[in-house]
Amino acid sequence: MKRHSAVTRIWHWINLACVVILFMSGLNIANAHNRLYWGSSGFEEGTEWLAYSDFPDWALIPGSYNLAAARDWHLLMAWPFAFGLLAFLVLSLVNRHAQRDLTTRPREWRWSNIREDIVQHLKLNFEHGDAKYNFLQKVTYGVVVFVILPLLIVTGLMMSPAMSASLEVFLHLLGGRQSARSIHFICAFALLGFLVLHVALVILAGPIGQIRDMITGGRLEAER
Amino acid sequence: MKRRSAIAVLAAGFLAGCKKVQESAPMKRLFAANDGFHEGLHNVLGRRTALAREYPASMIDHNFRGNGSRTVDTPEYRAQLAAGFPDWTLEVGGLVDTPLSLTLDNIRRLPQRTQITRHDCVEGWSAIGEWQGPQLSVLLEAAGLNPAARFIVFRCADTLSGRRYYESIDLVDAMHPQTIVAHRLNGEDLPEKNGAPLRMRIERQLGYKHAKYLTGIEAVASLDDIEGGKGGYWEDRSGYQWYAGI
Repeated sequence: MKRHSAVTRIWHWINLACVVILFMSGLNIANAHNRLYWGSSGFEEGTEWLAYSDFPDWALIPGSYNLAAARDWHLLMAWPFAFGLLAFLVLSLVNRHAQRDLTTRPREWRWSNIREDIVQHLKLNFEHGDAKYNFLQKVTYGVVVFVILPLLIVTGLMMSPAMSASLEVFLHLLGGRQSARSIHFICAFALLGFLVLHVALVILAGPIGQIRDMITGGRLEAER
Repeated sequence: MKRRSAIAVLAAGFLAGCKKVQESAPMKRLFAANDGFHEGLHNVLGRRTALAREYPASMIDHNFRGNGSRTVDTPEYRAQLAAGFPDWTLEVGGLVDTPLSLTLDNIRRLPQRTQITRHDCVEGWSAIGEWQGPQLSVLLEAAGLNPAARFIVFRCADTLSGRRYYESIDLVDAMHPQTIVAHRLNGEDLPEKNGAPLRMRIERQLGYKHAKYLTGIEAVASLDDIEGGKGGYWEDRSGYQWYAGI
């Protein structure tokens, strides 16, 4: 059996390309108004929960402030990002990747198990026997694919005035358009945090083997 | 050190690549087509009938932000503003049976719609205000829209960086019940920074569509020969998306 299914591998790399372009064009869009608010409306200085200075040019797509071009990129890449995630989630339910690897069992939530997992991570010991993912991996990947990525899509859609008119219930659940914008921003940076941690752990676990397996599929340890 | 410079070279290469791709003809066509994909999806999800949310009066922002043009920089406008716009006229023309020329008084006497809606700027901020004015559909029906008409163009008195502001929408938005020619904001005559004496409200599109300092409404079959040909000031000048529902 392959370590990563073809569905997981294809989606992983498409999603990486989408996330990089969406994040960098998103920072360019974020530079158009440097304050974040809660609620439906927000524009006045002093009513924000966060004010930030401009993101630097090297982090932007395109490489300097250009709201129109950044929106072109952002709104284009939103399609493969959203429909790619949808396809991945559906196919992962079908091939049971979601049930098997991305959800936890009640017994895994015991403190002794969690503590052991943390200790092994701190010791940089990444062997975890016959289980594909350990507890911390399951929780992290689960939160990313079931919470952060879907929230990015829904909050993105709800910033659209036409979409929020057609599907107002979602805007209501999110607490208004400025709340949607704030949650979009928070999720984007949570995803950046995940990316940094993910890449760091791949490097510590042996980047060549890890990246090779995510391209070719690799083999599960037990069968080697 | 070597690895770091390799990463810098890769990053610079990636950005240069993006720029190159962005400026290629197929990518420009794809970006333009993508505008239409989003509009198509919105149409499927109910844009033809959906109403933008209307808010309770308690949520009104009393100092409604003014953005873009905040005035019309001519002595004639200043004189009109001081006198309450006695000579301001709104021309309704183009592909119509009966062109109209309306004074503010004419506009105030038409059936009015009042709506408390959220204004979403392309920059990211939002403001809630109460707008009042006749529905655009009432004006277009009074003028008698010609079957060849496909777009409605809004002519404005203001200029930005030396170019006259204008905008345009399709007939779906033009005939929408919440599309109004507003002359009042939050119970008062429209303030100067918000487009006095008249501005458009097109509630399911971003703020740059809501033309201010309105002087003319023109029904046309094509946008190609109007100003820069892309259907609006920001569309011509900076490549903003013509369909601004997203």
